[in-house]
Order: sequence, then C-alpha cells, then structure tokens
Amino acid sequence: MEFAELIKTPRADNVVLHRPFHLAVEGTLCLTGHHLIFSSRRQDNAEELWLLHSNIDSIDKRFVGSLGTIVIKCKDLRIIQLDIPGMEECLNIASSIEALSTLDSVTLMYPFFYRPMFEVLEDGWSSFLLEQEFELLSSVTNEWRLSCVNKDFSVCPSYPPVVIVPKSIDDEALRKVALFRHGGRFPVLSYYHKKNGMAMMRSSQPLTGTNGRRCKEDEKLVNATLRSGRRGFVIDTRPLTVAQQARAKGGGFEQEVHYPQWRRIHKYIERFNILQESFIKLVEACNDQSHNMDRWLSKLEASNWLTHIKELLTAACLAAQCIDREGASVLVHGSEGTDSTLQVTSLAQIILDPRCRTIRGFEALIVREWLQAGHPFQQRCAQSAYSNSKQKWEAPVFLLFLECVWQIHRQFPCSFEFNEQFLIMLFEHAYASQFGTFLGNNENERAKLKLPQKTMSLWSWVNRPEELSRFQNPLYEANSLVIWPSVAPQSLQLWEGVFLRWNRPSRFLEEAEEERINIIKYNKELQARVNTLRRRLAELEAEGE
Amino acid sequence: QVEQVKLLDRFSTSNKSLTGTLYLTATHLLFIDSSQRETWILHHHIAAVEKLPLTTSGCPLVIQCKNFRIVHFVVPRERDCHDIYNSLLQLSRTAKYEELYAFSYNPKQNESEQVKGWQLIDLAEEYKRMGVPNDYWQLSDANRDYKICETYPRELYVPRTASKPIIVGSSKFRSKGRFPVLSYYHKNKEAAICRCSQPLSGFSARCLEDEHMLQAISKANPSNRYMYVMDTRPKLNAMANRAAGKGYENEDNYSNIRFQFVGIENIHVMRSSLQKLLEVSGTRGLSVNDFLSGLENSGWLRHIKAVLDAAVFLAKAIAVESASVLVHCSDGWDRTSQVCSLGALLLDSYYRTIKGFMVLIEKDWISFGHKFSDRCCQLDGDPKEISPVFTQFLESVWNLTEQFPQAFEYNEAFLLQIHEHVHSCQFGNFLGNCQKEREELKLKEKTYSLWSFLLAEQKKYQNPLYNPDFSPELTLLEPNTVSFNFKFWRNMYHQFDRSMHPRQSMFNLIMSTSEQNKQLEEDIRELEAKIKQRNGQSDVVLEKEQEQTAYPDPVALKSPPCFQKEQPPMPVNDAVRTIEGSNTADNRYSELVSEFSKAEPAVVSLEYGVARMTC
Repeated sequence: MEFAELIKTPRADNVVLHRPFHLAVEGTLCLTGHHLIFSSRRQDNAEELWLLHSNIDSIDKRFVGSLGTIVIKCKDLRIIQLDIPGMEECLNIASSIEALSTLDSVTLMYPFFYRPMFEVLEDGWSSFLLEQEFELLSSVTNEWRLSCVNKDFSVCPSYPPVVIVPKSIDDEALRKVALFRHGGRFPVLSYYHKKNGMAMMRSSQPLTGTNGRRCKEDEKLVNATLRSGRRGFVIDTRPLTVAQQARAKGGGFEQEVHYPQWRRIHKYIERFNILQESFIKLVEACNDQSHNMDRWLSKLEASNWLTHIKELLTAACLAAQCIDREGASVLVHGSEGTDSTLQVTSLAQIILDPRCRTIRGFEALIVREWLQAGHPFQQRCAQSAYSNSKQKWEAPVFLLFLECVWQIHRQFPCSFEFNEQFLIMLFEHAYASQFGTFLGNNENERAKLKLPQKTMSLWSWVNRPEELSRFQNPLYEANSLVIWPSVAPQSLQLWEGVFLRWNRPSRFLEEAEEERINIIKYNKELQARVNTLRRRLAELEAEGE
Repeated sequence: QVEQVKLLDRFSTSNKSLTGTLYLTATHLLFIDSSQRETWILHHHIAAVEKLPLTTSGCPLVIQCKNFRIVHFVVPRERDCHDIYNSLLQLSRTAKYEELYAFSYNPKQNESEQVKGWQLIDLAEEYKRMGVPNDYWQLSDANRDYKICETYPRELYVPRTASKPIIVGSSKFRSKGRFPVLSYYHKNKEAAICRCSQPLSGFSARCLEDEHMLQAISKANPSNRYMYVMDTRPKLNAMANRAAGKGYENEDNYSNIRFQFVGIENIHVMRSSLQKLLEVSGTRGLSVNDFLSGLENSGWLRHIKAVLDAAVFLAKAIAVESASVLVHCSDGWDRTSQVCSLGALLLDSYYRTIKGFMVLIEKDWISFGHKFSDRCCQLDGDPKEISPVFTQFLESVWNLTEQFPQAFEYNEAFLLQIHEHVHSCQFGNFLGNCQKEREELKLKEKTYSLWSFLLAEQKKYQNPLYNPDFSPELTLLEPNTVSFNFKFWRNMYHQFDRSMHPRQSMFNLIMSTSEQNKQLEEDIRELEAKIKQRNGQSDVVLEKEQEQTAYPDPVALKSPPCFQKEQPPMPVNDAVRTIEGSNTADNRYSELVSEFSKAEPAVVSLEYGVARMTC
C-alpha cells in the first residue's frame, strides 16, 4: 500500500493552530505518511510541530461555513485544534489522518521507516540480555540455571527463548509444568534478593480446574525456591472469589493440601476495562477546567485512579516485605501473569533493589519484566484515553506502573538516577514511537517481525550521552537501602506531569526546577574549586618550606 | 511525672508504641521515650484532652493540639491518667491574659533588645512605603483615643476630602463603628484597597455621611472614578443580616459603585469544615476514596479556593482596571482581613519577602483587629468564636508558593512557624483581640515580639529558590485557581506524622545545598586570599579560571571577586610562570591554567583595574 493513496490533500495553507496556554499560530499544514507537520510562517518566531500519526488517539471535525476545524486528541493526552480553510481540504485532511493513525499492519508503522539521524554507539537490542543478568546472578548463587527449553517459543509463546529456573528442575519437568500453567507460563525467577537469598518468582495461574488437578513437577519447582523448613508466600493478584470462579474455566490457585509450605495471600489489583475506564474518567476530569472544587474532587474520586495506585503500591510493598522482612520466597501471579503480576514484581524490585533505581537498571527492569516477560504492549497501548473503540484488551497497565514509580520517586527524590522526564518519555514511547522497542506483544512476535533487524531500539537512542543528560536526576545519590514508600492517601498525589501537563501553564514550575538543578550543579563546581585551591595552597606551603 | 507511659503511633494499625516517661511542667507536657527522644507539648497548644475507656494495657489519653499534633498515650494506672487529665484540663484553659506563657516567657534578651524587637515593624513606615500620605490620602487623628472605633488602630488613613463629621457619621452607620479606611495603596495605579464592616442599612436605611465617605474614596482615585464594593459574604447571608438592621450597600444610593458578592462562608462554617477535615485525615487505614470524598464533604479546599478567588478579583480590579476597592464582610475582621491581605500580596512583591510578610500580618490582621484571642481560643471562652480564619490565610499563601516557587523569599517552614506561634501565646504579638486591648495589657513591656526571633533565625525560613527579580515591583501575581491546583496541605495537617512525609526531602536537600554553597563561596575567598598572600600573582590566574567555568548565571552573580579588597594587588611578576612550570601532580589543573592564561590576557589587566578601584 502506498501512503500517497491515503493523502488527497498533502498540504494546506493559512491553517491556524490552537493549543491551550499558547497564542494561536497561523501556518502551513503538511501530511506525510507518518507525520502531521505544522510550520508557522512567521519569520521572527518560526515554529514547527511534528506529530506522529500513531500518536493520534481520536479526531473530531466540525464546520462553520467553509471553515473547517479539526480537533486532534493525542495518546500523550495533549489536545490541539486546527482551523483549516476550505471544506474539501479539511475533509480530505481529516480522513487522511483518520486512516493514517489507525493503520492495522504493524509493518507499516513508522519504526519500520525511521532512519536515525544519530550515530548508534550501542545497539539497544542487545543491551539487556538475560544471559548477562544470569552471569551476575551466578556470581552470588549457584542454585539457578539458564534454560533454553523455550528457544523456539513452543513451550510458552509469551516467554522469551531463555529463562532462569531452579537448578534442580530439568527441562522435561518444565515442559510438564508449562502444561499445568495458563498459557504455559511456568514459574520463573523474577528477582533474587542477594541480602538473604530469597527469590521472587512469577507465573500464571495453575490449571487446577474444578476437580483439583495437581502437578507434582509444579510443586517441586516452586518448593525448590524454599529453604528447608521455611515457608513461602503466593501473592495472587485476584480476590479469592475470582480465583475460585476461575476454576470453572479450568484455572485456579495453589491449594494448601498440595502446597503445604506456601501461604496464599489474595491482593486484588484491578485490570483491563475497569482500568481503562478509570483512566478515561481521570483524563476527562483533568481536562475540564470549569469544575468547581466539589465536582473536581468527586470526579477524581469517581475515577478511582488513585485507589488503583494505592492498591498496586500496597501489593508491591507486601511482596517486598515478604522477601526482605519475613525472609520468605514469593510467587506472584494473577490469571495470565502478563499484567498485574508484572506490575507487582517490577515495583517490588524498585523498592528492594538499588540497581533498578539507576537508569540502566531501570531500563533492564523494563526489558526483563515487561518486554521479555510478555506484557502485550501492542494490545494494551493501541489506544489511550480519548479512543472510542473500547476494545477489551486495552488497558493502561504500564502507565499505572510508571505512575507508581513516580509516586515512590516523589517520596525518595534522591534515590533515583533518572528524573520524572524519563518516566514521561517511557509513557510516550510505549504509546507512539519512532522506535521498535514497544511494538509487538511478546518476544515471539518481535522475532517474527524481525524488529531488531528492521527497526531501531529506543535504548540505542536514550543511552547516548546527549540524551541521557536530559533524564538524569541531579539529586541522585546511590543508596543501597530498601525504600519503603508511604501508601497513605495523604501521601499520594495526582501525577501532574502527565495528567495536567497540557492543562496548566507550567513555566514557573519548570524554571523552579531549573533553579534547583543550578543550585546542585553550582555546589559541585564550588566543591571542585575548593579542592583545587586546597591542593594549590598545600603545594605553595610545601614550596615555601 | 508518670513512668511506663506508652506513646502510640497514630496511624499504625498494629499497636506499635514507644514507652517512656511523662512529665508535667508549668508550661509544657514532656514525654521522653526510652531512647531519650523528647516530645514537648505546650499547654496552650492543647485544644482537647480526651480519656478513652480503660483497656487491658492501661488508660488511653488522647491529646489534640491546635497545631494539628495528636498524641495518644496509654497510662498504666487509671488514677495517674485521671490526674494528668485533670491537670491538663486546668493548665490548657487560661482565664486571664496575664497567665499566658508570654508573660512568663523569658528569653535571653535585654530590655533594649526587647524594645527593638517591638520596633522592628513600623506601620507608619509601611504606609510611607506605599506612598501615603499624598495629595489624596491623609492620616486621620479621628481615632487617636479609640473614641470612634475601639477595634481599629489609632492611626488610620482616609481620603483628604473625608472630613471628621463624615468619618464620625459613617462610623455610626457601620457595624462596630468600623468605617471605611485605607488598607493598601497602589502607587502606580493610584488605586486603593479600603476596608470596613457592613453598613447598618437594614431594608432601607441610608446615611449621607457614609455615601460621602465612599464618594471620597472613589474621588481619591484619579485614574478610575468607579469603585468596587466587595461584600465577601454569600448573598444569602448578607440579605439575612438586613433583618437585623445590618446588610449591604444599595447601588442606587451610592454613586459610582459596583457592588459584588464573593461568597466566602462565615466563621462557623469554616470551623466545622476544619473539624470535618481533621476527622477524615485522622482516620486510621483511610482509603483513597474515603479521603477524597471526606475532603470534598469537608468543603475545606472549596473555602480556600473561594478566599483566593476573591483575592484575585480584588487584585485584578486594582491592577487591570485601576479601580479602588472597598472590602467588607460582617464585622470586617475575618474575611475582610483574608481578602485584603491576600490581594495586597498578589499586587505587591514586598509582601512576598520575609520582612514584608510580617508587615502584612501586622497591618491587616493585628492592627485592624482580627480577633486572634477569640479565634485561636487563647483564653477559656466561647467555643463558637473559634475559627481557623488565619490558618486559611496561611494556606492560601502556601498555595501561591506552590504555584510560584520562585516568587517568595520565605518558605513553608516560615508559614508553619507563624501558625505555631499564633497559638502558642509565647510571644505578645497575637495576644488579645485588638490594639486597644494590647496596649492595656502593656504587651510591649511585658512580653517579647515574635518577629525579632523569626528574623534572628531567618536562614531557616529562606526559600533557596527565591528570585528577587521574579516579578518586578508592583506587577500582579496571577495564580491559576482552577480546582485541580488546590492540594491538601499535608505538611500543615500532618506536620507531626512523620510516616506520611517523603523520607527524603528534596526541599531540605536544596536548602542545605544552598546554605553550603554560601559557605563554600566563603571558603574559596579565604583560600584565595591565603594563596595570594603566599604567592602574589597566582590568584589572577585562578580568578580567570573561575570566570571561565560555566556557572549558571543567577548563582554566579552572587560571588563577586571582592576578596581582593583585603590585599593591594602586586605587580605582575614571574609568579604565573612559576605555577605553570611547577611540578604539580594535578596535570589537568595546570593544563587549564596555562590554557586560560594564553587565551584571554586582556582579562588579567581588567581584573586588576577593578581591583585597584575597589581598594
């Protein structure tokens, strides 16, 4: 298919762009296969706006006489308005945008056409390999092994080709366990707590069904992570009733009889359409400037978004607590083990593991616990809060995770190497990007699409020194502690950087942030200078003697 | 003294507790736990003491403080608990001003310091700063002996054209005699904020003198003959007041006025609103939705928004339309104080400095008779008079500091500290209900002023992000009052609940870094002076290096090379070369030096020129 076929009017003049808190600008609008480009003609204040079609969540058009108006709502939650003279032009442009922003073939997406303008110093596709992770692990323990049982994705289609499992369990047993777990997602290592040797595993629900089927290999596998005589915790992200109902559909949970060394805790985390609706309601509330105080607070409450944040943080703290405080191993799962499970395991690592609070460590965490672990990004992030499509697999699972990281970040502003912008950038790229990183639903699909060969990795770009400097937190000072966030409602806040980003003037806040950075930078320079002078003085004194 | 007392964690669901000893002193309740940490609670801060039903571990005692600290003790023996309970009840209720802490508080200040402390804030000076008296406004001696209005200060500024009979007549037509007077004068716009109480208009009463008074105010503004009259009450309340012979201005009787209601609720609504807010925030195991709906039902943030909206309306009338504004509520000492002071804060950057904020409180709150004693329950009195009006003012200011982090010289700690002392009765400033009462109490002789103590520890209250050039003098601060900008003030209402706050405080870090920067600048000056002493010319090169480093501009300006004043510069000699050629271990350093000295030789002589001139 040629994109040109979809673009009947590639260019329109005298278009007026409206954005909140900006003056309206007149300029020229151009459509290309992947971008909407607006450039103002004014020479004193030339401005260009490049918008990826894939970033467009919904588009509305209306007419007053022959003046057409298009309102574009983006996946990053921004809303812009374009006034286009000429009814035909406007209709053409609107229908082109609609078609180009909803391409159904992945291979037509921009990452397959994007040619980077920068030199690739390090190929992000091979920056974070599980093999490296395992190497680190084997330096502290030899209880685990790397298994290639899934190398052709036949045992579990949503797992990566290599996984880390207890050493005592062979591939044959893994194959059997895979048959006993939903989608073949057998328990694998998610995190090893060096401090006390406890492990966090993740999987999907066991297929016990109504007649209480059991699988000896599965029991053996999970028990292999326990120290003798110690108990472990299964954190089930569904409420007990849902877990029980799941048995009718062939799913289920670990029964005490067969897993006597494990205590099951049900910690409910909301998912799918409920999460999506919550997201939509929150964005609606934030976009309406006319709400009086009561209405705003009741809308904020009705969205339930902060409740989800609190529940998720609580579950993650619980998992972390079991490992660090109780000295117990943990197995986390919900139903499929691709959403709430990953939220919990990855957040628990943020709390427990200082490495995950560095930029590279956090990138590795996302690769390991989200991309390789098979979170279906393409399904979940196809649409954002403005879409009317209401597909049941859309859900802001990843955004919720990022916001929880932000909440912890706010409470421990000196413990993270990255800043808020880094989290916002990841949110943007998960929904629309020139990079192939978040395309596809799992490693299997990514391999089929040949993404590493045909597209650029987000990490190749982010990890260049020029870009990294934008994402560094000047307050960062590494600390090796476990960081326990407060989950009291008074301690949680709306993530203004995402939800109010386009709804309020932010200049003063940005300037203040800059000043904070200046103070820190200036401090470093002064310290360096004092050291230099001290040395100098010492030298002079030595010379004098 | 009672031993083996447990202090329970307010929010912990498990019964986590600290064991220690409780002491009662004349002024404080003191708890020292087993690790020797001390918790001091001033008796005056205690708002309520409650004895809960006996439990197996002892008798629980809950103490609520006016600074929103809530402590939960468990006393092993019921009799002890009962004794403490009774003592606290007595100690926290004071019948006479002379028994308040301020009269016994004895800091290490001698008499002249005490006097100086009270002279620190001079309101006459402040009116002069605003630009009055002038052609239109003058100081009136009408109230010199508190004859016209007991709750106003002695010195009042009124339009020149308002003669004494007009003042007297107008005051008779105003509730409590609080006739319209100047609160703030905007030099550039020649417009004024005036304040008063409600007119005694009933359903139809008129008063020619009062009408003349308002006309005089509007005529005192050459740039706009129209003036606004802002009634800060909800319309319904104002109308209800008419039945009692009070009410609001009839637009038809006054020429050139625009009348406007702004709908801030009364002290009783505010009191119960805060009560509800505290109930919600004090709940254990609170869910997000209960918190948000509780926040909504309390109406607290709605009230804060209403106050700030009114202030924005006032400030815009002055700054945009150059119109004078007369503000009143019922008696003109609660809502009127809030709106006038916040309006002035938005208009004039002076009030965003530490000293200026003290002046603002002294002017619009203390001198104009906000009833601090009644509102903060300094003496055992009518509980219906208690209301968090001043707390709301501080919270509104805090909201502004959140929106404009660089506009204020003071920080959150400053606001919290003022709030603390409004209730502590440790200093004389806030005692009593009006100036007349304060004079009768001889506060200036018998007590100390808070302001000198706050200024002495100014460092703690400075906002490290403050940029004095943020808004040039008299440019309007325009806050965004869309609902989502208003947040729950955790650091106020949970100030003492440590578990709720971020474990790492960005604010403290920036504070201490900024503080350290000043110290480092000092160190550098000292070191450079020493080096210079040792080696005549070396500092020139060093200084150039400093110039070359890419300092962030605003901060770099703070470090002028003034250290050269100490020593006369010596003529250029071989010193520079000596350093270049010396065997310094730090290669990078010497490289830099040589590079810079080659690059821009002109700077050397220029620096010397400057140095010579300053010497």
